Amino acid sequence: MTQDQRTAPDRFQTLVDNDERIEPRDEMPDAYRKTLIRQIAQHAHSEIIGMQPEGNWISRAPSLRRKAILMAKVQDEAGHGLYLYSAAETLGVDRSELLDLLHAGRQRYSSIFNYPTLTWADMGAIGWLVDGAAIVNQIPITRCSYGPYARAMVRICKEESFHQRQGFEILHTLSHGTPEQHAMAQDAVDRWWWPSLMMFGPPDSGADQSKGHTAQSMAWKIKRFSNDELRQKFVDMSVPQAGVLGLTLPDPDLHLDDETGHYRFGEIDWSEFFSVLKGNGPCNAARMQHRRAAHNDGAWVREAATAYAEKTRARTAAGAA
Amino acid sequence: MSEDVAQREWPLWEVFIRSRRGLSHQHVGSLHAPDAEMALRNARDVYTRRSEGVSIWVVPAAAVVATSPDEKDSFFDPAADKAYRHPTFYDVPAEVQHL
Repeated sequence: MTQDQRTAPDRFQTLVDNDERIEPRDEMPDAYRKTLIRQIAQHAHSEIIGMQPEGNWISRAPSLRRKAILMAKVQDEAGHGLYLYSAAETLGVDRSELLDLLHAGRQRYSSIFNYPTLTWADMGAIGWLVDGAAIVNQIPITRCSYGPYARAMVRICKEESFHQRQGFEILHTLSHGTPEQHAMAQDAVDRWWWPSLMMFGPPDSGADQSKGHTAQSMAWKIKRFSNDELRQKFVDMSVPQAGVLGLTLPDPDLHLDDETGHYRFGEIDWSEFFSVLKGNGPCNAARMQHRRAAHNDGAWVREAATAYAEKTRARTAAGAA
Repeated sequence: MSEDVAQREWPLWEVFIRSRRGLSHQHVGSLHAPDAEMALRNARDVYTRRSEGVSIWVVPAAAVVATSPDEKDSFFDPAADKAYRHPTFYDVPAEVQHL
């Protein structure tokens, strides 16, 4: 038991133990608040950084239909970022502070967005695998002990479902197209499969084991399942779907374990995960540079809106006088 | 919090949405906007991208007056010992219908 849990009022732990929700103005241990701010901020940052790899393809989508869908999806990611920043703010932190921390490299976003989107098929692979993994990660958070985070996640999960299906459809179309299109779909899946498995975080045990906050987060019911449990769930869902797509997954060790009914998969290269996390992925620098530029280049819009609001207020006041 | 946050950050608005006629507005979240008109437009884009609403209210978060969590128990106590306000409090013979 941590210091924070001992000193926190019993009321907090009783609510959590009874599976009730903690709401913004309730008393809560400092460490609970800090953990949530860090996690929700990282989640929000991932949503807005996640707009970049896909925004990259909007102007080159192969049809108007695909372009409209991709724009709607990227707009959703911005919306998800806003739901989450708004949830984080209920914990007493300001959105602009969180953005400052992101821009200063002091808060993280999901490592998956540090991989490049090389072909149109990557839009399919991201939707099917990356959004698919995100959904598996996020569904349990709809029952998170912190009310605003859980509610934001309900909206996000509903919307992610469209993201995953449109990705699956892209891959299905390519896979059943020309041999070149099929090869392009296979190549995208080959590149995104392992990074998607890494999205669930380090394993629960062994040399690369999670040094994070799994046990504490589970006690607080912020987290409901371990990284490995969620990863297994994702693999079990994805393997039959790959079959329908007519695509293979790049893992020679992947096989159905008849005893357990689960698919067993090969070793994940955690050195790659930690290297990307440290900033050495193919796109870390580009993502951050683009994010800072977007923020700075948009400053005049924010200032103009503020100035316009002030001018309007002053005119209304003068008119009323 | 850095000192110029107040200048940089637009005011916070709480957003309420009526999802369809016949239902009351319900709180869905919050957002930042420089004025009420932009708050409404942003609320439309953030919270009703899939026709989730037919009416939106935005309220400056600073204008919301709330009960304090500290006095939660005493504030709501008066209702706790008045079970006779509920229909289930009353004994009614089993054969009575439509009551």
